[in-house]
Amino acid sequence: MAKATVNKIISFSCVDGPGNRSAVFLQGCGFDCRYCHNPETIHACIHCGECVKYCKPGALTLVEETVRQTDEQGVCCGDAGVVCFGGGVMPEVSDGLPGLRSADRGTGRKRVHYDITKCVFCDECFRHCPHGASARTRELTAEQVMQEVRRNLPFIRGITVSGGECTLWRDFLLELLSLAKAEGLGTLLDSNGSYEFSKDSKLMSVTDGVMLDVKAWSREDHLRVTGRDNACVLRNLEWLAHAGKLAEVRTVVVPELFDCRQTVREVSALLAELGCLDARYKIIRYRPMGVREQYKDLTPPTEDLLQELTDIAAGYGLRDVVIV
Amino acid sequence: MKRVLTPEIIEEKRREIYNTLVDPTSSHEQKVTYLARHAENFMTVLDEPEELDELMRCDIDTRCICNLFEGDAPYRPRYICIDFPKFLREGSEFLQLGPAKDFDEALTNLMIMYHNIPSITNYPVFIGDLDELLGPYIENLDDETVKKALRLWLTMIDRTILDSFCHSDIGPKASRFGYLLMEVESELENAVPNLTMRVSKDTPDDFILAGIKCALHSAKPSFANDEMFRGELGDDYCIASCYNGLLKGGGSYTLSRLILSNIAKRAENIEDFKTNVLPHVCDVMARYMDERIRFLVEESGWFQNSFLAREGFVQRDKFTAMFGLVGLAECVNLLLEKEGGTERFGHSDRANQLGVEIMDIIDDFNKNHFNPYCEATDHHFLLHAQVGIESDHDCSPGTRIPIGEEPDELVDHLKCINLFHKYFPSGTGDIFPVDLTVHKNPQYVLDIIRGSLGMDIRYLSFYASDSDVIRVTGYLVKRSEMEKLDAGQNVRQNTTGLGLGAAKNCKILDRRIR
Ligand code: SF4
Ligand code: SF4
Repeated sequence: MAKATVNKIISFSCVDGPGNRSAVFLQGCGFDCRYCHNPETIHACIHCGECVKYCKPGALTLVEETVRQTDEQGVCCGDAGVVCFGGGVMPEVSDGLPGLRSADRGTGRKRVHYDITKCVFCDECFRHCPHGASARTRELTAEQVMQEVRRNLPFIRGITVSGGECTLWRDFLLELLSLAKAEGLGTLLDSNGSYEFSKDSKLMSVTDGVMLDVKAWSREDHLRVTGRDNACVLRNLEWLAHAGKLAEVRTVVVPELFDCRQTVREVSALLAELGCLDARYKIIRYRPMGVREQYKDLTPPTEDLLQELTDIAAGYGLRDVVIV
Repeated sequence: MKRVLTPEIIEEKRREIYNTLVDPTSSHEQKVTYLARHAENFMTVLDEPEELDELMRCDIDTRCICNLFEGDAPYRPRYICIDFPKFLREGSEFLQLGPAKDFDEALTNLMIMYHNIPSITNYPVFIGDLDELLGPYIENLDDETVKKALRLWLTMIDRTILDSFCHSDIGPKASRFGYLLMEVESELENAVPNLTMRVSKDTPDDFILAGIKCALHSAKPSFANDEMFRGELGDDYCIASCYNGLLKGGGSYTLSRLILSNIAKRAENIEDFKTNVLPHVCDVMARYMDERIRFLVEESGWFQNSFLAREGFVQRDKFTAMFGLVGLAECVNLLLEKEGGTERFGHSDRANQLGVEIMDIIDDFNKNHFNPYCEATDHHFLLHAQVGIESDHDCSPGTRIPIGEEPDELVDHLKCINLFHKYFPSGTGDIFPVDLTVHKNPQYVLDIIRGSLGMDIRYLSFYASDSDVIRVTGYLVKRSEMEKLDAGQNVRQNTTGLGLGAAKNCKILDRRIR
């Protein structure tokens, strides 16, 4: 069974798709959005041990490495401690983190062990992590995740897998969604669109829908916001809408970072053209909460702008446009 | 044993009367009500159990039984739930009203009736299944006409029935009237009347969603598990006062409550509590209630003389009585502490299990206690998880988890309440303030309600965490009115004062937001 690095599991969520859903957050993301509200989910922990001293309840401890890394294979960009986003084969290391090389480890072959039963969720650990990571994660199989989700039946209608970027854990995802389907649960993915959904019919057969972030329409803007190209994102937007798998589109509005009007206009126009008028378009107000220090000075949008964007989308006939 | 009024007690009562007379925060109507109660309490007509004084008329920190200010000479039932369909169908001789022939007449006749239904608070605690009662009258009226009339009528209720324990019901069937009522309620954001939507498997999602949207504006309706109530009380049940399941055409003679947290203080250990202390207090309270009921039925003359009884709007044999309790959480915690345990109610299986064992003892006691005048409920009382009063300290309502100690995860909270709701056909409930984002996703609440219906969860209330109307413990108050009262101004509704007390003593504004 494939394992994934699970950042957290929220038993009841009212903000990760329609109704009440259990939300599973996986670690690691190939984008590096400046306004990321959960920057600790971007990178994989390199077990440097820095955060351990900030963990007052003793949920984090530094322990000897027991399993050695097996051979490395496939594409690896070599970014120290950064999760592979290239869509290539992810090299497996001892703890299952993709794209992480042994050389990137801290000294002395120690690793940080996390005991969720002692954790008080004070967030001190990742607030002090110099690597944009979190040691407050667990390596879990799909079945282990499902065991936690089953506690929430019958109050939930589905699960949503989010991140980080959940598609970095494709095999795990396939297993988890299949298990959820077997329980009669709905399945949604929350994705930055860096994965070619059209080429994975197996995964799509157990996915009810994808909630897709469109961070910016033009390539230059997208590069500025995320550090990555958006050709794949836009292909996904079109393909998902066409395939009836587009559950929701979201755009976080940061006026000084990209052309918000253009983005909302082009997305809405495309959806209208494809007759996809009932997909929810969430216009998300940028808030500095949780954002990294160096990007904190970005200005939140005005109410007027948010309303203007909503009107643009509604003008194309979209029926479910919400500001959050 | 009849009480003796010593000169000291009389002097104390005179002082209380004086305090009522000059109280700057009571309105005129409130003073009149309190004065009547003071007068009643000069009577010594009840043949009370000898052990009662020591358990009830004692220091607040050791008090084990509380009669909720019912007064010492019961001259009307505590809660009266009249047969409104009969009234609209036939009119009333006493009120000189004929059958209601159209919507206007129905609204007017009901309003007249409301002001002639007594209760412990002098205001009606049940004003009808509004959809069933009024639905037939609106068939030929357009939406705007109905809404305008309802707006005025509901406002009149809010401004003249000065007590939030006044309750109306709708559902489980969806109806045009139900939708219109909820539309108007969310506009008005009034605290009175309270509203329950009965929900069953067959209630359409869309109707429940309309209820949820209304609740996010006005903290009502609450949602009742229709199948559960129907299974216990039959088809003729209603939800009255806070959340009390009672019979239509009947009601409740009386309600006393066990203060479990204080009862636990008197026990050596868990075993002593279970085998000696608790059964003793249950026995005294049950005998006290028996005597209150005897006086009310046999001596007071209410059932012989009230027009409600004479004209058949209530029947004596549809009444029951409510055996209440509060403070299970604190009781469990204290008993465990006495044995060196650190487990907390709502957070550990051992603590919850002890809670269940205690409830089983009380339930068994009640099933073995016989009252001649509770034919409607097989001669037994109905257990009631009382919502608490403003003077309660370190004592949570019914079986609720103390505010501030709610489990981190709502699912754990729901699983805990699932253990306890089944004991209380005459009412229990839990309250959840929900985050604003739910306005955009009311299906979130729908899923929780649907999930609960399949379990043993009886009654749930939700309100938006930023709403002006909030649910205190069962009844509703306006935050803005509490602020006025706190600033020393007098306000319309009795319950505002109760709410303010609860905000200060019971931390109701600190509930965990879901
Ligand atoms: S979470 Fe950050 S600080 Fe802690 S061990 Fe991992 S990389 Fe180091
Ligand atoms: S969030 Fe948990 S793991 Fe992190 S420092 Fe706090 S207690 Fe330790």
